[in-house]
Amino acid sequence: MSNRAPQNNQSFIIEGASCASCVSKIEKALHNVQGVDVVEMNFAQRTVSIDGSADETSIIRSVQDIGYNAKPMNSESEQDALDEKAQADDAHYKVLMRNMYIALLVGVPLMLYGLFIGDMSVNTFNQRAAWFVVGLITLGVMVLTGNHFYRGAWQSFKNHSANMDTLIALGTGTAWVYSMVVIVAPALLPEMARHVYFEASAMILGLINLGLAFEVKARGRTSEAIKRLIGLQAKTARIVKGDKEQDVSIEEVQLNDVIRVRPGEKVPVDGEICEGKTTVDESMLTGEPMPVSKTSGDKVVAGSINKTGSVLFKATHVGKDTTLSHIINMVKRAQNSKPSIGRLADVISGYFVPIVMILAVLSGLTWLNVGPQPTIAYAIMAVTTVLIIACPCALGLATPMSIMVGIGKAAEAGILIRNGEALQTASRITTMLLDKTGTITKGTPTVTDVILFNEHKENDIMPLIASLESGSEHPLAEAIVSYAQDKQYTTSQVSDFDAITGRGVTGELNGERLLFGNQALMNQYDIDVSRGVEQAQTLANDAKTPMYFARGDTLTAIVAVSDPIKSDSVDAIERLKKKGVHLVMLTGDNEATAKAVAKRVGIDDFIAQVMPQDKVNEVAKHQQNGEIVGMTGDGINDAPALAQADVGFAIGTGTDVAIESADITLMRGSLHGLVDALAISQATIRNIKQNLLGAFIYNVAGIPIAAGVLYPLFGILLNPVIAGAAMAASSLTVVSNANRLRFFKAQKP
Amino acid sequence: MLYVNVLGIALIAAIVWWFWLYKPQQVVSNNNQVNIVVNHGVYQPSDIQVKAGEKVNLRFDRQDSAPCAEMVIFPQLDISQELSMGTNNQLELPALDRGEYDFHCQMKMYTGKLIAE
Repeated sequence: MSNRAPQNNQSFIIEGASCASCVSKIEKALHNVQGVDVVEMNFAQRTVSIDGSADETSIIRSVQDIGYNAKPMNSESEQDALDEKAQADDAHYKVLMRNMYIALLVGVPLMLYGLFIGDMSVNTFNQRAAWFVVGLITLGVMVLTGNHFYRGAWQSFKNHSANMDTLIALGTGTAWVYSMVVIVAPALLPEMARHVYFEASAMILGLINLGLAFEVKARGRTSEAIKRLIGLQAKTARIVKGDKEQDVSIEEVQLNDVIRVRPGEKVPVDGEICEGKTTVDESMLTGEPMPVSKTSGDKVVAGSINKTGSVLFKATHVGKDTTLSHIINMVKRAQNSKPSIGRLADVISGYFVPIVMILAVLSGLTWLNVGPQPTIAYAIMAVTTVLIIACPCALGLATPMSIMVGIGKAAEAGILIRNGEALQTASRITTMLLDKTGTITKGTPTVTDVILFNEHKENDIMPLIASLESGSEHPLAEAIVSYAQDKQYTTSQVSDFDAITGRGVTGELNGERLLFGNQALMNQYDIDVSRGVEQAQTLANDAKTPMYFARGDTLTAIVAVSDPIKSDSVDAIERLKKKGVHLVMLTGDNEATAKAVAKRVGIDDFIAQVMPQDKVNEVAKHQQNGEIVGMTGDGINDAPALAQADVGFAIGTGTDVAIESADITLMRGSLHGLVDALAISQATIRNIKQNLLGAFIYNVAGIPIAAGVLYPLFGILLNPVIAGAAMAASSLTVVSNANRLRFFKAQKP
Repeated sequence: MLYVNVLGIALIAAIVWWFWLYKPQQVVSNNNQVNIVVNHGVYQPSDIQVKAGEKVNLRFDRQDSAPCAEMVIFPQLDISQELSMGTNNQLELPALDRGEYDFHCQMKMYTGKLIAE
């Protein structure tokens, strides 16, 4: 490898180049771009090919600067790719259906003839001649409708591998070759065994093509969710430059472009509103059904729908960096990951086909050795049926199909699941730790009570507390500061500021020591709080967090802050309890406040005064008891605990949440999202188990029956045509069962 | 009958040898750029030796419209990519540690292996 800067070749479509003289102009401009080595423009096709290390953006810019436009050639949008895929699927479906009709057109009459009119034995010369013609027609059908299987079988055989094609090719091939031997060289076989099976080959191909056609359709539906997400991407954006507005394609939007969205339009990229007011529907992304009102300075995300006002916003994330792109990528990746429950099926699939081939040979040998006369006819029947009935597809499809639908369905409800393993573990959670702030409560504490001692006035004291707290980053401090701002108190600079974790803050103002914090802080400085203890207790019992303020050595005030409980937390917790999950609330609050909140929302178990760093230990402690622990928190402060938990759930309000920070991200702020996430996980895993069980039973029972184990007892030997139908039905059953997950309903608050 | 049984058992032995015991030939890539054709149920080439410690560029040429072929998954690397029809399926893998890396379709009917040396 060389050490030079990466060299690559990029191609662009040039728009607006109408004359041949443009070519030299464009080439010249491109040559001036740093990192461009070779430029070749094809005027006939309006394309330009560039070698060198220059990046795409600067190339596009340089072309735009001289009045043309350049679009990267290979960057087809995801929507285009989807459309292309839908078209390809459609074409494939048509081919399969055509194959099915052709094969059944020959197969059905042959089968009916065999059943109702004549036996299909070959004795006289005329019979031989007639059947020979039928044999050739069947061969034609096989080539026409099954060449994909035969080629596939041959190619994989050459590569020392075997797949479904191998089984179909061998099964139908065996039936046809045997029948031809009967016709061409009947003397080789006992009279009773001179029977042809052309109808089997044709029918099997017809049924398998039909099964595959249905499968293509059903598979298309499994990716509905991702299609819907991709469909949220706008195709164009209206860029504002000076007093001009221009529609450009979404790929051309650059960072810091100013974009206008009108009511009813989709927000094309992520950005920050710089002018105007509106409400935005983010439900497709977050599952949050209520439109959110936005004004200057608020963030908007690509894919949300602008409802009421026309706004201007500045692009902050474009292309692959938008929240929507991240969501799409994560969902796509997760849909293709496999939980461990599917691994066994994988291992089996790897050995499945050769094992079936061996079983087919063994069953053939058994019929030949101990079977009734004519042994060869029975043996051929058994071999063909075993080969055809075995269905590695059902086994292989069982897990991925359900995961695809389950993870997609979750995404629609604003639940982003990182991978299949997270989904599987989530379905088994026994204990759920819930961080109080921001999870059960809104996470926006507000000042509710100010109690003053010694006839102080609020407008003397609160400015002091606010001054002290403005240095702190604690969420409770924010509540105090914004309270002071609302009341327009002026704050001053505090000296000797110190924040004592888990206790409070201290500082000095005008030569006076100020203390603000809990009882532990007061005790540390020997402040007598006896006159306030009772009031503090009352506040705490009311689910508020009381804090003491001491000026010098005397208790001066108690300020209570309360973080309102989310309106639907109680309902959601009720649902969680019904699922049999043991709930534990974690909070930094004092015992009394914690107890009051826990009681209000219906949680029996809580741990109060937990320092942020101790949350990890709480998770570990529960894990040591053999529990499967989920942890729900805001994803930022709780990140270590989320990582320690078996499944970490990051809960965020709207689109602010850091996606990918946890195993499962709940875009909707509501705790209902958590219950839904557990419910979807459980439903998906149940679905996978059904699929796997079905596929195992089908193969484990089907193959021996096909081999003829029921024959000695009941005289039952399956017809290869039935095997073909059963095989087609089995994989279709798996895909359809997975599709049932689409009807899962998330709880909308 | 004896011949038939011997023939049958030989056939079983042949199946075991051909599909399980035989080690396919490796394709050695010196520049870590590999074109893989996806068609007829196989990746070609399917056993590929690449250099460890350098990025690997794979280009999948999907010629098979069967839904089986539409996804390639590298389970050890947690990478998966949808393959559109045709040649425009670039997949860049990070520099690999020495070892074997499987890749396969969703159903494991298409299988292949990268060996980083």
